[in-house]
Amino acid sequence: MKTTNINFIGNRNKAILFSSVLMLISIVSLATRGLQMGIDFTGGTLIEVGYQQAADLTVLRNTLDTQGFDDATVQNFGTTKDVLIRLKPHSDISNADLSTRVLEAINKTTAEPASVRRVEFVGPQVGDDLAEDGFLALLYSTICILIYIAWRFEWKFSTGAIIATIHDVIVTLGLFSILGLEFDLTVLAAVLALIGYSLNDTIVVYDRIRENFRLLRNKSTEEIMNISVNVTLSRTIMTSLTVILVLISLFFLGGEIIHNFSIVLLFGVFFGTYSSIFIASPAALLLGVSAEDLMIPVKEGADIDRRP
Amino acid sequence: MQNHFPLWKNLLVLIVFGVGIIYSLPNLYGDDPSVQVSSTQTASITQAQSSQIESDIKASGTPVKAFEFKDGRVLARFTNTDDQLKVADLLRDKMGSNYTVALNLAPTTPIWLRSLGAQAMYLGLDLRGGVHFLLEVDMDAAVRQAEDRNIDDIRLALRNAKLRYQTVAKDNGFFKVTLKSAEDKADVLTALDKDFHNLEITEPEAQDQIWLKLSDKEIREIKKFAVAQNMTTLRNRVNELGVAEPVIQQQGENRIMVQLPGVQDTTRAKEILGTTATLEYRLVDVEHDVQQAVSGHVPVGSRLYNDRNGNPILLDRRVIVTGDQIVDASSGQDQDGRPSVNISLNGVGAAKMAKTTQVSVGKPMAVVFIEYKVETKIVDGQKVRHKEKVEKVINVATIQGVFSKRFQTTGLDSPQEARNLSLLLRAGALAAPVDIVEERTVGPSLGQDNIDKGMLSFVVGFALVVLFMAVYYRLFGVIANFALAFNVVIVVAILSMLQATLTLPGIAGIILTVGMSVDANVLIFERIKEELKHGITPQAAIFIGYDKAFATILDSHFTNLVVAVVLFAFGTGSVKGFAVTLIIGILSSMFTAITGTRMVINWIYGNRRVEKLSI
Repeated sequence: MKTTNINFIGNRNKAILFSSVLMLISIVSLATRGLQMGIDFTGGTLIEVGYQQAADLTVLRNTLDTQGFDDATVQNFGTTKDVLIRLKPHSDISNADLSTRVLEAINKTTAEPASVRRVEFVGPQVGDDLAEDGFLALLYSTICILIYIAWRFEWKFSTGAIIATIHDVIVTLGLFSILGLEFDLTVLAAVLALIGYSLNDTIVVYDRIRENFRLLRNKSTEEIMNISVNVTLSRTIMTSLTVILVLISLFFLGGEIIHNFSIVLLFGVFFGTYSSIFIASPAALLLGVSAEDLMIPVKEGADIDRRP
Repeated sequence: MQNHFPLWKNLLVLIVFGVGIIYSLPNLYGDDPSVQVSSTQTASITQAQSSQIESDIKASGTPVKAFEFKDGRVLARFTNTDDQLKVADLLRDKMGSNYTVALNLAPTTPIWLRSLGAQAMYLGLDLRGGVHFLLEVDMDAAVRQAEDRNIDDIRLALRNAKLRYQTVAKDNGFFKVTLKSAEDKADVLTALDKDFHNLEITEPEAQDQIWLKLSDKEIREIKKFAVAQNMTTLRNRVNELGVAEPVIQQQGENRIMVQLPGVQDTTRAKEILGTTATLEYRLVDVEHDVQQAVSGHVPVGSRLYNDRNGNPILLDRRVIVTGDQIVDASSGQDQDGRPSVNISLNGVGAAKMAKTTQVSVGKPMAVVFIEYKVETKIVDGQKVRHKEKVEKVINVATIQGVFSKRFQTTGLDSPQEARNLSLLLRAGALAAPVDIVEERTVGPSLGQDNIDKGMLSFVVGFALVVLFMAVYYRLFGVIANFALAFNVVIVVAILSMLQATLTLPGIAGIILTVGMSVDANVLIFERIKEELKHGITPQAAIFIGYDKAFATILDSHFTNLVVAVVLFAFGTGSVKGFAVTLIIGILSSMFTAITGTRMVINWIYGNRRVEKLSI
C-alpha cells in the first residue's frame, strides 16, 4: 500500500481547459437544442399502454392521426409490447377526457385492447407551478449550501465548491440536451441529489486541505492542496464506486420510469468525482485561498502531539 | 486510550437495533385481498348486520380466509382476488346504496405486532396502483356567483323597503345603485346597512348613486367556503366509488387533491367526481293517499318519491326553493340542546320561503337531493354517455312557523345526522365549478412491476456494495456491511412508523442511501489505514481514525441533508417520497456507520493487545 502522489494541482490548466470545453459544448447545446422537457413542466398528456404482443406503432400513429390527434407522438417504452403516447394540451377537448378519447380511438383499430399501465395528465398551470417550484428548489439549495460552506470554511472555498457543483450540473444537463433525454420531475430530483453528492465529495477534500493548512505550515498552498487531494483520493474513488455500483443496478434493473433518474446520477457522480479532484481545489486556488484564511481557531495543537 | 464503549452506548445501539427490527417486520408480511363494508349513513354497522353479511358470504360458497368486525366496519379476507371480486359484487347488490363495499388489501401483520402499533410502509400510488387527481376550484366563478346572489338581494331589499331605484348594475366588482331621486339616499343607506353586513358601502360623488362591494374578508370567506363545499361533495362522491383508503386534501389556496388507491376504472372515477348535485324544498302532499299513488294513481300536481328508508312519499310538484338559493348550511344545536341544522337562503329564496310558510304552518316540508350522474354505457357496441337524474328525499320536517332568510331544521336523531344533512345541503347548494388539472393513473400491473423492479435493483445493488466492501476492507468491511443492513432496517422501520408514503423514487432513494451510507465507513477506514501507515499502534489508529473522520462526515453529510430537506419542501408526490427516504437514510446512516460499527470494532479489538488490524 503506497500513497499516491499525482500532481493534480500542477496539471490544473489541462483540467480547466477540458472542463471549459465540456461546459461550452453543454451550454451551446442547452442554448440551441434546449432540454426535452417532460409533461410535468410543459403540461400535456402521457399514456402508457401494454399489449400481449409487439405493438404496431405505424397503425397506432395512423389511427391517432385520422382521429384528430395528429400532435401525438407514439414510441416504444422499454419493450416492444409497451407503447408511450404523448399529447400536447388540447384546447377543444376537456383535458381530463383526452386520455379516455385516445384510448377509445386506439382500441377501435387494434385487435387486442390495450391495457392501461399509466396515464399522466398535467394541466399547463400545474406544469408552470411545478417548474417554478423546481427552479426555487435549485436556487434555495444552492444558497443554503453556499452559506453553510462559507460558515464552515471561508467564502473562497464556498465559491470554489459552487463552481465545481455548477460544472457538474451544467455538464449533466448538457448530456441530457445532447442525447435528447426527457427532463421530468424525477430527473430534477436526481439533479438536486447530485448537487448534494457532488458537494459531499468536494467538502471531504476541502476538509483535508483545511487540516493540512494547520499541520503543514512550511508548505505552499499548491503543495498542500496536492497532498490533500492525494491522501483523500482512495476515499473519493471508493465512495464513488459504491454509489456507482448501486446506480448501475438501478439503471439496468429499475425499469424505464427510473431510467433517466439513474442516468443523471451515474453521469453526475462520475463528473462530481472528477470535479472534486480536478476542479474544486484549483478553483479555490484561483480565487486566492491561502493558509491565513483558515487560521482563525487554532485549538487543535494536540493533534500534532499525537503524531510520532 | 482504550477502545471501549460505556454500557449505555452499547445498550443504545442494541435497543435501536431491536426496535428497528420490530417495526420493520410488518413489511415482510403480505396482504390479503379483502372486501371492506362500511356504512355511508350516520349509524355504523351493527353486530347483527355483520353476522348477516358473514352468512351471506358463506351461503355463496366462496371460501373466506378470515372475517373481522371492528369499529363498525366489516372486513372479509380472501385467498385470491377472484373470490374477492365475486364477494364484492355480491355484497354490492345485497347491501344497497347505504353501504360502501370497497376492495382492499388488508395486511396480514400478526396481532402481537399490530398491538405494538407496527404497520407496513404506506405505499404510494405508483406502487400500489390507483388514481391521483388534482382539482382546481374556479374561484372567479365562486366570487361571480356570490356577486350575482348579492345583486338580486339588493334589488329585492330595495323593493321590499319600497325605495325606488333606476338601476342596480354590476361593474368591476361594484354593485352600483342608481336612485330615482337623490333624496332617497339616506333611507336607502339605512336599508342596505341593515341587511348587507358583508358588503362595503361607498358614496361616490354622484349624488344619486351608492356603490357597494364585497369586503375582502367576505371574498376570503367565499373562497374558503367554495373549497370546503367542494371537498364535502367530493368526499360523498368518493364513498360511492368504494375505495378503501381515499385521500382528499386541500392543496394550496384553491386546489384539492384526491387519491384513490386501487381504482382502475378512471373513466368511472372521473364521472362520479364530476357529478353535479342540487336540491329542492317541496311541500309534502298530505291530502292524497300514498298507497294509491304507489299503485299507479299519482294525483295531478304531485310526484311520488322514495324517502331514505325506501318508503314512498308524495310531494307537491311545485318547488319552493332550489339549491342555488341556499347560501349556507351548518349543523349545531337549538336552544334546547337538540341537534339542528341552520340554513340561510338568499333574498329570492327567502321571499319564496316566506310566501309558502305563511300559508303552510303545521304542514310537512321535504328536501329532495338531486344528482346528475354521467355514466358511460355500452349500447349496441358503442359507448354512450348518458346523463342520469337521481333523486332522493333526505329530510322531512314540519313547518313550525313563518320564516324566510334563516331557519332551522330540528327533530333530527343525532348530531351526526345533523352534520350529514348540513353536508348534503351544502353539497346541493350551487358549488363553484372544479376542473381536473392533473391526473396520474397507475395501473395495478405497473404498480406491482415497479415494486418488483425496485426490490430487484435494491437486492442487487446491496449485494454488490456488500461484496465490494468485504473484499476491499476485509473484517472492517464485513462490520460496515452489518451497519449497512442495520441502516436499511432503521430506514424501513422509520418509514413504517411515520407512515410516510413510499414511492418508486423513494425506493431509488433507499438504494442510493445504500451506496452513500458506506461513505462514512470509507472515510473512517481510510483514515485508520493512513494512521497505520504513519506507524501508529492499531488501537490508536482506530481511535484517531474515528475521531478525525467524524467532523468530515458531519460536514459532508450535511450538504446532502440540506438538499434533501429543500427537495422535501418543494417536491410533490413521488419526489417528496424520494426526499423522505433520503433524509431518513442520511441521518440513520450517521448513527449506524459511526456508532454502530464502532461498537462492533470495540467488541473485537477493544481492551486488548492488537498486533494487526484486518483492514
